[in-house]
Amino acid sequence: MIHSLFLINHSGDIFLEKHWKSVISRSVCDYFFETEVPPLFVIEFLHRVADTFQDYFGECSEVVIKDNVVTVYELLEEMLDNGFPLATESNVLKEMIKPPTILRSVVNTLTGGSNVGDMLPVGQLSTIPWRRAGVKYTNNEAYFDVIEEIDAILDKSGTTVFAEIQGVIEACVRLTGMPDLTLSFMNPRLLDDVSFHPCVRFKRWESERVLSFIPPDGNFTLMTYHVSSQNLVAIPVYVKQSISFFETGTCGRLDITIAPKQTMGKTVEGLVVTVHMPKTVLSVNLTATQGNCTYDLTTKVLVWDIGKLNPQKLPNLRGSLSMQAGAPKPEENPTLNIDLKIQQLAISGLKVSRLDMYGEKYKPFKGVKYVTKAGKFQVRT
Amino acid sequence: MTDSKYFTTTKKGEIFELKAELNSDKKEKKKEAVKKVIASMTVGKDVSALFPDVVNCMQTDNLELKKLVYLYLMNYAKSQPDMAIMAVNTFVKDCEDPNPLIRALAVRTMGCIRVDKITEYLCEPLRKCLKDEDPYVRKTAAVCVAKLHDINAQLVEDQGFLDTLKDLISDSNPMVVANAVAALSEIAESHPNSNLLDLNPQTINKLLTALNECTEWGQIFILDCLANYTPRDDRESQSICERVTPRLSHANSAVVLSAVKVLMKFMEMLPKDLDYYGTLLKKLAPPLVTLLSAEPELQYVALRNINLIVQRRPEILKHEMKVFFVKYNDPIYVKLEKLDIMIRLASQANIAQVLAELKEYATEVDVDFVRKAVRAIGRCAIKVEQSAERCVSTLLDLIQTKVNYVVQEAIVVIKDIFRKYPNKYESVIGTLCENLDSLDEPEARAAMIWIVGEYAERIDNADELLESFLEGFHDESTQVQLQLLTAIVKLFLKKPTETQELVQQVLSLATQDSDNPDLRDRGYIYWRLLSTDPVAAKEVVLAEKPLISEETDLIEPTLLEELICHIGTLASVYHKPPSAFVEGSRGVQHKRLAGSAGSGESVESPDAGSAAGASEAPPAVIPSQGDLLGDLLNLDLTPPTTAGPPPPPSSGMQMGAMDLLGGGLDSLLGGDLGGSPAMGAGFAAPPAAMPASFSAPVSSGLDDLFDLGGGVGMPMGAYSPPKTVWLPAMKAKGLEISGTFARRAGVIQMEMTLTNKAMSVMTDFAIQFNRNSFGLAPAGPLQVLSPLSPNQSIEVTLPLNTVGPVMKMDPLNNLQVAVKNNIDVFYFSCQYPISMLFVEDGKMERQVFLATWKDIPNDNESQFQIKDCHLSSDASSSKLQGSNIFTIAKRTVEGQDMLYQSMKLTNGIWLLAELRVQTGNPNYTVCLKCRAPEVSQCVFQSYEAVLKN
Repeated sequence: MIHSLFLINHSGDIFLEKHWKSVISRSVCDYFFETEVPPLFVIEFLHRVADTFQDYFGECSEVVIKDNVVTVYELLEEMLDNGFPLATESNVLKEMIKPPTILRSVVNTLTGGSNVGDMLPVGQLSTIPWRRAGVKYTNNEAYFDVIEEIDAILDKSGTTVFAEIQGVIEACVRLTGMPDLTLSFMNPRLLDDVSFHPCVRFKRWESERVLSFIPPDGNFTLMTYHVSSQNLVAIPVYVKQSISFFETGTCGRLDITIAPKQTMGKTVEGLVVTVHMPKTVLSVNLTATQGNCTYDLTTKVLVWDIGKLNPQKLPNLRGSLSMQAGAPKPEENPTLNIDLKIQQLAISGLKVSRLDMYGEKYKPFKGVKYVTKAGKFQVRT
Repeated sequence: MTDSKYFTTTKKGEIFELKAELNSDKKEKKKEAVKKVIASMTVGKDVSALFPDVVNCMQTDNLELKKLVYLYLMNYAKSQPDMAIMAVNTFVKDCEDPNPLIRALAVRTMGCIRVDKITEYLCEPLRKCLKDEDPYVRKTAAVCVAKLHDINAQLVEDQGFLDTLKDLISDSNPMVVANAVAALSEIAESHPNSNLLDLNPQTINKLLTALNECTEWGQIFILDCLANYTPRDDRESQSICERVTPRLSHANSAVVLSAVKVLMKFMEMLPKDLDYYGTLLKKLAPPLVTLLSAEPELQYVALRNINLIVQRRPEILKHEMKVFFVKYNDPIYVKLEKLDIMIRLASQANIAQVLAELKEYATEVDVDFVRKAVRAIGRCAIKVEQSAERCVSTLLDLIQTKVNYVVQEAIVVIKDIFRKYPNKYESVIGTLCENLDSLDEPEARAAMIWIVGEYAERIDNADELLESFLEGFHDESTQVQLQLLTAIVKLFLKKPTETQELVQQVLSLATQDSDNPDLRDRGYIYWRLLSTDPVAAKEVVLAEKPLISEETDLIEPTLLEELICHIGTLASVYHKPPSAFVEGSRGVQHKRLAGSAGSGESVESPDAGSAAGASEAPPAVIPSQGDLLGDLLNLDLTPPTTAGPPPPPSSGMQMGAMDLLGGGLDSLLGGDLGGSPAMGAGFAAPPAAMPASFSAPVSSGLDDLFDLGGGVGMPMGAYSPPKTVWLPAMKAKGLEISGTFARRAGVIQMEMTLTNKAMSVMTDFAIQFNRNSFGLAPAGPLQVLSPLSPNQSIEVTLPLNTVGPVMKMDPLNNLQVAVKNNIDVFYFSCQYPISMLFVEDGKMERQVFLATWKDIPNDNESQFQIKDCHLSSDASSSKLQGSNIFTIAKRTVEGQDMLYQSMKLTNGIWLLAELRVQTGNPNYTVCLKCRAPEVSQCVFQSYEAVLKN
């Protein structure tokens, strides 16, 4: 399993090392295998370490890690034992090693107190390690965000080559005690490819298609899902485009129009078109009927920030591209990358019907928000 | 104040200051000091000098301080074992603490201190902790057993900890079970045959119960452990699968992939007509697709595994082609892997979509990706016959783009399409010929030349086209030269009347003006063939070629089975068995899929399996042009040469069609035959005679051939090659040195005879080597004890080692030596047989051999002939074994024995060989594959020398 961890900064220097078995020389970072190990296990663990640092210190960077080197070291010691993951749930860790706050460090300095808890965290061994005991709130609330991203590839003529939806339900639950929640959907049959947070009872999902769980405290990802059946994936915008380079002369033409397509009656916002131009495009002379258009000369990236899409007055960008003199006509066709956002809509049609709470007496505030975004939404030219 | 302050204290006397602070009375100051020490330690500074002071802080009720001291102890105890003993009492006391957190912490830390004296004290506390009432302590103790085993395995066995650990598999707490499994798995890895994880239906049931309740990491341990179990029957197999499938919906991708491994393995046991089998197939697709929406590095691991899965069970993902479509901003490693899987999933049903995509990719920016996309179109054509026409027209469209690398790549794949569907698409040849001038890569030029030669009768100006290539013959790469030679010979056989001049020109270019032995060989063979029997020539050169098969780069089935058992591990990412890259013998076990109704045959007998593998191992299914011709040549090479005296040259001349050549040959042969002493020698020494030697026109060419074939006169041979004079007396003021090399009992020796041919006594001998290819160096001084009187000889044996400085020599086995005596220093160079560098442990495992053979690119393969060797294959095998050339497997196909052999050089380079021995035929063929192809020539010489002595 995992023997040693080295943290390496952007310039490739090791700025922190920790060993769980015998001390291994730094030179291993060059190239080394001693035992067979599942790489996903290691990568997942590293992501978890990064998430924990993020959670504790607000960001995960060399500066922050150096600022908190002792806490980092204590955390790593709690997270792995003999190369086996020990405690990776942020709730459990926080009970053992308190995150640094300005207030606490002042208090500690005055009182000689400590950042390390001296009681065994309750969650460590219970069957619900993700929740700490004795949670108390004055305002009990549970919010769920259903976020869907459309990954799509459209070809020149606007036909969908490939489209799928990556959905995720992010939760923010601040509830006192040990609440047992049940979340049910109007149309659960949409979901045939799902991954759950460990708190979700899989059996009940299998039999009743409801999410039944005792939630972790605070923010967490309840589930991710994946809708790939093409007829369920609506494409919210239509892109009419032509980018051409002339065989002779040193220019090209660009003309892009965007129109709403399947928006379910909602407004498309935050519309941005990004184009990676061929290297030989020196500058652009484009006029946009709406929004701003900028061209970065060094990275050759054209960004057209449109904003809200008005169905009555379609945004259009057109003009000429000037090419490097003498360079041959570019061989590749630039791909358009579309970014957009639709509030109050899950494009797959997924809808939460109700949230019930058992096990506690109080009445929580509940809320569900939907949003659809473009993920990797690409239009070929 | 942040911890970064600890990094800045670099001034002098830092250690001294810390020492003072550590011994301070104030708790807070002490803690700060320990923090500073830890900070220095984490960045790799040496703070071991503070050991006693830090350990003194250990006795405290402040848990944070205690933990910090423990951190320090784990790092430095090893370097200060005597001091570390000071800590033992505190540990033992802490193991009795009422707080379970402290008990666990103590036992956890003690296990990390790798000092023998401490481990002795650890046993009693550990025994108690393994039976502790608190599960947190038990699970920590379970891991501690694995740690202790790593330090002192014997102690763990003697103390009976392994049995206690096995008992913990039945613990009531799922975390304890998971950790016990993890610990046992790790211990079992270092004891492959210990049978520690003796799984039976009862333990399996316990594991499955714990699987539902433990943490995600515990689930990985349990799943990986389950994967090693072999269910008794299909019902047990199904019930395990049913209980594992929920794990496919886990958010942790490592859990998902481990579950996939278990399912892929146990599925082998299920009958295919079972309803559940179909259900399971359907359940496997969505999680695999989901893995592809993760970060690129996770995606890559997933894709490499999917690549294995689709080769084993293509039906799982056959409807999911679209998820492998490439996004323009995918990292290149993801793009290439997706492309590979797309081809594997391509079928008649989806070929239209795939082709449209591939055509799109061919206009992308990334050159590597574009090339691979164009190649993929060719692979589609070969795989899906119905699509061939569409693929060809797509390729033609791409050629019209005139983008240089696209055109070249397209031509290379069109050549393969021609081989798969001969005489079907030659209408496109015209278009191809238009692009002749833009081809600047050897592979594309060679492909184009092959096409022109193959279809010479349909191309009106084939002779002009080929002639245009001939102008710069010597600037072309070998690949192109060989191809051009063959193409012109083909052309000549098809249109003999118009191309006599051309063929003579190319034959003389190849045989007389070239330094390349392969090219010369082939030239001579064609020449000989054309002059003796043009009908046979036609049959050989224009023979019907075997069709190429559709799947070009499938992983060999036994390897694939092993890799399926390693899904989710590094092996599955490398597509190599763990033994090929894991250091040392630890943890390397070959795994096999359990036999099932469907795939029984290849699994049951390892011999059958590996033989099947071996038969696929020689040059790939689509041979490059060189290989193709190599094969053709082998076919005809064997018979004519052994037939006693060569046929009189005139017999060739009598054939009508050969008149044109006759003139050339006549003068060449007539003039030289018999008259030249070199020629006579050639005939008188049958072992070294090469087929082309008797028609060799120029004696220099002949000599070269002798060097190539026999190495006649070189200091060669296996055990006792004759000594040769290395340093003649004339050049060394009367000192003559003759010598040879030998490997005796694993020691390389240089055996020399020093002769004093001068008038005065010689003393003070010493020897030194120049840097050489394999780092040979004298292992001791040259032992010439008594002075060497005039006319006296002395035998000296100098043991050598291979740890000297390395520099590549030419030839590779050249050694430059300096010998000194009381008169002067003398220099000479000699060549050693490379066989003395073959080490005793050069026997490769079969599996590794197969995998390695496949893995080494075909470009690194070289082939040699050994003439007139009258040993049986078994005798050869044992003779070679004497020189540390080990036979791994033997296979007999149609009277021909194939011996698969391996040897390892002192510098760790592996060589793989295939020796073909035909009963009743004294000519052997050796195929060598090595990652360092430069050594092949030397190795071949050794083969010959060993076999013939």
